[in-house]
Amino acid sequence: MQITMSVNDTEYSAEVEPRLLLIHFIRDNLGLTGSHWGCDTSNCGACVVWLDETPVKSCTVFAAMADGHRVRTVEGLERGGELDPVQQGFTECHGLQCGFCTPAMMMTARWLLDNNPDPSAGEIREALSGQICRCTGYENIVRSIRWAAEHEAADRAGAPGEFGDSVQEAAG
Amino acid sequence: MQVPAHFEYEKATSVEHCLALLAKFGPESRVLAGGHSLIPMMKLRLAQPETLIDINDLTELGYLRVSDGELRMGALTRHAELLSSPVAGEHFPILHDAERVIADPIVRNRGTIGGSLCQADPSEDLSAAFAAVRAIMVIQGGAGTRTVPAREFHLGPYETVVESDELLTEIRVPILPGSGSAYEKVERRAGDWPVGAAGAALWLDGDTITEVGIGLAAVGAAHFSAAEAEDALRGEPATDDSFTRAGQIAAEHCRPISDQRGPADYKRHLAAELTVRALRRARGRVRGGKG
Repeated sequence: MQITMSVNDTEYSAEVEPRLLLIHFIRDNLGLTGSHWGCDTSNCGACVVWLDETPVKSCTVFAAMADGHRVRTVEGLERGGELDPVQQGFTECHGLQCGFCTPAMMMTARWLLDNNPDPSAGEIREALSGQICRCTGYENIVRSIRWAAEHEAADRAGAPGEFGDSVQEAAG
Repeated sequence: MQVPAHFEYEKATSVEHCLALLAKFGPESRVLAGGHSLIPMMKLRLAQPETLIDINDLTELGYLRVSDGELRMGALTRHAELLSSPVAGEHFPILHDAERVIADPIVRNRGTIGGSLCQADPSEDLSAAFAAVRAIMVIQGGAGTRTVPAREFHLGPYETVVESDELLTEIRVPILPGSGSAYEKVERRAGDWPVGAAGAALWLDGDTITEVGIGLAAVGAAHFSAAEAEDALRGEPATDDSFTRAGQIAAEHCRPISDQRGPADYKRHLAAELTVRALRRARGRVRGGKG
């Protein structure tokens, strides 16, 4: 069947089998390999991408279901060559070890901050609870997202941020 | 790699179109809503529908509103939408309690309440919650619309009264004054199916129980409910003693089986204990506490 969808603001059309999963379409047909294919059972969350406005596990969505819709992957996080604050946070706070879970963690983090710009450490953990970091690097993932939240708050206030104290608090 | 068997795909553009497609493709077709139960089953080849009818674009089935004294929910309402709905939480906190412990936030973005009910898993939290509040299911077919009480909706595991040419379109819950409700679940890890779970809805006149609903999930309760325990509570005072008796009766009448989630006697213990806890929290909420 013929499907057309917008991925990171670029329109793609392709002839696919209805049983093709969205994660495989993104990786194999489009060559966007930032989204990872992990457990295949909607448990690990390595395949999280945005479908329209919300993150979904793309191993449990058929590509056909995204026909006529918008998809956003980790490749679409940066804007005009500038990393998203979430990406910067993961860099600053050592938010990844092996990196397998990282793209999906960042997609969920972006969604969380869009809806809750000042999440507590507990709220961050709740938002990420459908995703697994097998390196168990959760502590630094939470710090990374707090870094992004504070960076964005400071940007909104138009003042340079003071991150030290609250990053410490988020770790507790 | 888990690959579903080959199927034909149709995208429904309206409820009428969906019904026409269901009539055309017959019993070997399946409705595809959120897909978070059906697609995993198709990957394991436990389900091999010939045709999938995708209803995800039927935005007219995604709503939550109060109308004619009922909370009315479109079948395509996503779990996340029910969980974030203030009107649902205000009238039926049991629905928020249950949604908070269903799967995880990302799965809840996609899974639908109608899909969960039609999947008819014996451990489905929403089936127990809707049994407790005596919801009414609205089912549409080519011949018209019919309503079925929640407690008559499931025929058994993975089987409902929805015929192959019909579609569950709406869930209604009557709003009556003096009510409180709560849901209690024990799970092995966050987001898992319950080892055992109980929901309770209470309607009080002073301290007297005028009406009560008890829903049970994962413990082999007939119709996801504990009718004998409800009978024992009606007209009684809402005390811990009467709740404890009701918990015992609920446990006696359910038929849990031992599996990887736990032994039958532990599940029976949970049926009793969680019934009591849900009744207590429901009572607290009738009296204005947040519980």
